[in-house]
Amino acid sequence: MHLTQGTFSFLPPLTDEQIRKQVAYCISKGWAVNIEFTDDPHPRNTYWEMWGLPMFDLQDPAPVMYELAECRKVHKGRKYIRISAFDSSPGWESLRLSFITDRPEEEPGFDLVRQEAQGRTIRYTIRPYATDKPMGERYGR
Amino acid sequence: MPDPAGAKPATVDLEAAFRASGVGEVLDELDRQLVGLAPVKRRIREIAALLLVDKLRRELGLTSQPPTLHMSFTGNPGTGKTTVAQRMADILHRLGYIRTNRLVSVTRDDLVGQYIGHTAPKTKEMLKKAMGGVLFIDEAYYLYRPENERDYGQEAIEILLQVMEDKRDDLVVILAGYADRMERFFQANPGMRSRIAHHIDFPDYTKEELLAIAELMLAEQNYRFSPEGRAAFERYLEARMRQPHFANARSVRNALDRARLRHAVRLFERRGQGLTVEDLQTIGPEEILASRVLAAGAGERAA
Repeated sequence: MHLTQGTFSFLPPLTDEQIRKQVAYCISKGWAVNIEFTDDPHPRNTYWEMWGLPMFDLQDPAPVMYELAECRKVHKGRKYIRISAFDSSPGWESLRLSFITDRPEEEPGFDLVRQEAQGRTIRYTIRPYATDKPMGERYGR
Repeated sequence: MPDPAGAKPATVDLEAAFRASGVGEVLDELDRQLVGLAPVKRRIREIAALLLVDKLRRELGLTSQPPTLHMSFTGNPGTGKTTVAQRMADILHRLGYIRTNRLVSVTRDDLVGQYIGHTAPKTKEMLKKAMGGVLFIDEAYYLYRPENERDYGQEAIEILLQVMEDKRDDLVVILAGYADRMERFFQANPGMRSRIAHHIDFPDYTKEELLAIAELMLAEQNYRFSPEGRAAFERYLEARMRQPHFANARSVRNALDRARLRHAVRLFERRGQGLTVEDLQTIGPEEILASRVLAAGAGERAA
């Protein structure tokens, strides 16, 4: 199941050239660019782990592409990797753009969990199949 | 292997390429706005010619390696190293060797951390900020402190060397500093010297050049010397140049700032009388002669 989170997630995966252009756009707006990764694809898992520090005051996408390549060396095929851009002009950092650049080779998808509550009420929730396994082993080593 | 001549024009128009790049304007501007520095300007012309020809060769498939562009500017303080570095960024940008014409100017404090593990992220962050443009490291020799073998400067140098080698497409590094100390720095870091393609030496200005610079600086702010003021400033320069810590154009700028201050005070003191536009923009000998440099008498002691 193709995970659809963030911008461009209904499009085919972005090529490096397309990622570079998106990053260049973020830089032209003065946003800080950040690389994050996770192996828990639950949509409420907002805070992914950071790959290094956010990159402020860039003038060129080259450092982001370099860090993305470094992050892929470690996590490619086994983690989701995304790029997010933060705008600090309102006085706080607010997210402006976030898109997934890399995903695990296999995405098993989500289990729909039903819970019976009082009076035949049914509560629904979803649970990623991947989280059956402990962190770090979810998408193979 | 593609045939270098295949499907590509056999002749190229160097003149057209030169005009299209707009480098000529930068070079002319350099000539106009910077007084003296003849050897520096000649070297920059040479480098610009080399880069232009190299670019054409690359378009024809004769070379594929990007040239090494890292430079070292050596010279005494106030000889225009930072100004020229900014122009260099402009030239490189117009020739398409860097993607932005921004110059990020750093010193040791911006690169070297204060505790173990602090230096690498700090250096890398600065390098990231400069990528796509020019990184200007002022007084680069402070990075290396031979007297303290546990100094973190060495770590910054190693990261810098690696980036200078691997990321030649993304970043141009210009090191600047006094000639003798830079020489010692390069001796201690031979890897650094071998990665730098162009060494440019900035000569000290002569008295006449400094006078021309002073007049240029004044003209920018709509001031001028009276004839006596100019003669007084010439005497001032003679005395100041013999003193320690003379910083060429920077000393001239500071002297002029002080002269403007005295000028304002003098006008203020006779505020009862009417002032003409002439009075407001003319720096007379009073302002210059009041300087401690001349008062100290042949430059014995002037703080």
